[in-house]
Amino acid sequence: MGSTSAQNNGEGFGRRDLIKRSAALGLVAVPTMSFLSACASSDSGSGNKAKKGKTSAKNPLGVNETAPLAVTIFDGGFGTKYATDANAQYKKAFPKAKIQFHATQKIQSELQPKFNGGTPPDLIDNSGAEQMDMGVLVGKKQLTDLTPLLDSASFDDPSKKVRDTLRPGIVEMGQFDGDPVWIMYYAYTVYGVWYSQKALDGLDAQYPENWDDMLALCAKAKKKGIAGWTYAGKYPYYLPFSLYPFIAKIGGREVLDKIDNLEPGAWQDPAVKSAFEAYYELYKKGYILKGTPGIDHIQSQTAWAKGKALFIPNGSWVENESASVIPKDFGLSVGAPSGLDSSDKMPFGTIWASGGEPFIVPAKANNAEGGMEQLRIMLSEESSKNFTSSVKSLTAFNGGTDGIELTPGLKSGVAALEKAGDNVVNPRLQDWYVKLQKEQIGVSVLGEMMAGRLTPAEAIKKAQGYADAAAKDSSIKHYKHQ
Amino acid sequence: MQHGKYRFIVGFLVAPLALYAVFVIWPFIQSIYYSFTDWTGLSPDFKMVGFANYERMFQDDVFWKSLQHSVMLVLLLPLVTLGLALFFAFMLNVGGRRRKGTAITGVRGSGFYKIAYFFPQVLSIAIVAILFRFAFNPNDGVINGTLKAVGLGSIQPDWLGDPNFALWCVMAVLVWSTVGFFVVLFSAGMASIPKDFYEAALLDGASRFTTFFKITLPLLWDTVQSGWIYMGILALGAEAFASVQIMTVGPGGPDYSTTVLPLYVYLSAFRDANAAYATTIGVALLVVTLLFAAVVMRLGRRERLEF
Repeated sequence: MGSTSAQNNGEGFGRRDLIKRSAALGLVAVPTMSFLSACASSDSGSGNKAKKGKTSAKNPLGVNETAPLAVTIFDGGFGTKYATDANAQYKKAFPKAKIQFHATQKIQSELQPKFNGGTPPDLIDNSGAEQMDMGVLVGKKQLTDLTPLLDSASFDDPSKKVRDTLRPGIVEMGQFDGDPVWIMYYAYTVYGVWYSQKALDGLDAQYPENWDDMLALCAKAKKKGIAGWTYAGKYPYYLPFSLYPFIAKIGGREVLDKIDNLEPGAWQDPAVKSAFEAYYELYKKGYILKGTPGIDHIQSQTAWAKGKALFIPNGSWVENESASVIPKDFGLSVGAPSGLDSSDKMPFGTIWASGGEPFIVPAKANNAEGGMEQLRIMLSEESSKNFTSSVKSLTAFNGGTDGIELTPGLKSGVAALEKAGDNVVNPRLQDWYVKLQKEQIGVSVLGEMMAGRLTPAEAIKKAQGYADAAAKDSSIKHYKHQ
Repeated sequence: MQHGKYRFIVGFLVAPLALYAVFVIWPFIQSIYYSFTDWTGLSPDFKMVGFANYERMFQDDVFWKSLQHSVMLVLLLPLVTLGLALFFAFMLNVGGRRRKGTAITGVRGSGFYKIAYFFPQVLSIAIVAILFRFAFNPNDGVINGTLKAVGLGSIQPDWLGDPNFALWCVMAVLVWSTVGFFVVLFSAGMASIPKDFYEAALLDGASRFTTFFKITLPLLWDTVQSGWIYMGILALGAEAFASVQIMTVGPGGPDYSTTVLPLYVYLSAFRDANAAYATTIGVALLVVTLLFAAVVMRLGRRERLEF
């Protein structure tokens, strides 16, 4: 090439210099290392905390009336209106307080430096893809114990504590080890097997309550060219939404607790084996929609909404997420997992429901009481109704559905919770051990088994191996069911 | 003029070197330092743990798998992309049938092809990856749809859902999205090769094959080499990360069949909140990058042709 060699007389830049410079460019481009250090740890600033105000019947937490309140909300599927509405209520109660409201999708990138610097906001909705690891936040004592909030009088009825107005499992989910409650989950999600009532009517079928009926129904659908099941093949950690309560139904709650506690041999429980074998049969008999291992959650939900498959394991957000593809007469419903047979330990109706949208109050917040007061306002019946009617999701507040019109999915979710009664299970693997649940059990065990690349026996062995490794890993904080 | 020459040069270099030291060298030193701690990335307190992170890394199957895939990408991607780009550039500039009045010319419609090849370069890798998510959909995707349309309905792979294909799918996307840039780069290089060389060779009866290897490639060597380094950086860095993160099962699956080093750095830091371990993998990535640069520089030493 003329261009480089033309200058190559005397002291000009030659090819070697060019390459040297390119190599230097390579150094610059070595990814992530330098940007990781950009959020390098610095000294924690000494927070000048707001003085606590006087407690009164209207102000049970003793909020300082003039202290500013900083709130950071994850701007996701639920939007931010519910939060700004709650801000307005706070402002009404404490007119002198200034509210700094901030909505973002980048929770971690924006807040991590603030945690490291000791200047976090007073209330955070730690949600979304950039969720900060709760276990680490708790382990490093970065959060405020919310017990005062739970023990304060509820917003609607001063004779009731906030604790007693919540749905089952919410308080336990906020605990990590011991009594302190670090997280207040605000949304309430119902997991299960989602289907179209219209599609079942078309096959003259009822929702199957045991596995023989399930297989018979799938066989019937197959004859009509409809697959029995599909799932988010690329994110197979959606499968546990129906598989885990299925395991609990067969072998009782203890089996799931043992799995959560990473006990040796927990996955070798006969209930796990039966459940895995039942699901594997769906694959073997060809009842899984073809191509499922290669599609993501949206693609699987779309195929299901178009009637290509009857059932999909999912959570109650599916109604909102797939609203544009679910036909009006679809009859969206959620079923508790079909049982195995009559020897199951828990009755039909056993379902997985748990909190979503984790709200936290940082330990170094300037106005921690204000953050908790804001939560107390959000857990009122009025705020809860506002949330449910605008974003089609239940809240942690037990009730709050009377007098508002519920969408079909939500209505069936409420019915499923009623049917379940006390038989609500709440497996913790997905919030205690994210990597184990998603990447290892989800992708490398369940995903592989449902794609037919592992037998149930191999899958169980692999799952147990991962669980044992996680139990031994000293870089992970370990938890136990209380 | 000799007097004070070095002071003069130093005067010019101080500012850029200082910037380089602060924004490149210093973060490197910092991350190497963090790799010896147990820093979570979420709180300012941590302690030194010696070589614990390195011991862990050497026993970590996922790390070795990621390394293996990254090395595979850095070896194969430049080879395939640059090979294809050279072939296309040659066809577009020199490879055409002889027409009246010109000694050498590109294939018919080469102007259009140049634009078509360059087009993916206009899209960011994230958009490309999302487009290919749809294309690789086993049920409604373009690729299986095409297979069906041409009568190959019996061959309907799960593509990204199949561990045997997934990494190849990622590579295909990276090749597709980068080859156009190098076609244009090499075309520009070829345009600066004097036409008389080709005319002389053609008069002597050289085939297109011979002209490519005896004239085009040697005279283009500098450009190819820069391209090689550029492609290597891409295969170890952001592009590989983005395409794996956006397209694959999990991401990194199925069953770790597509995981790469930068993805593992990201997941360790931001999902597992183990920033110290992430920087440890980052150090390994640094070593791989330096090795790559060293190898390319060594292999690249060639006699220079003056023209």
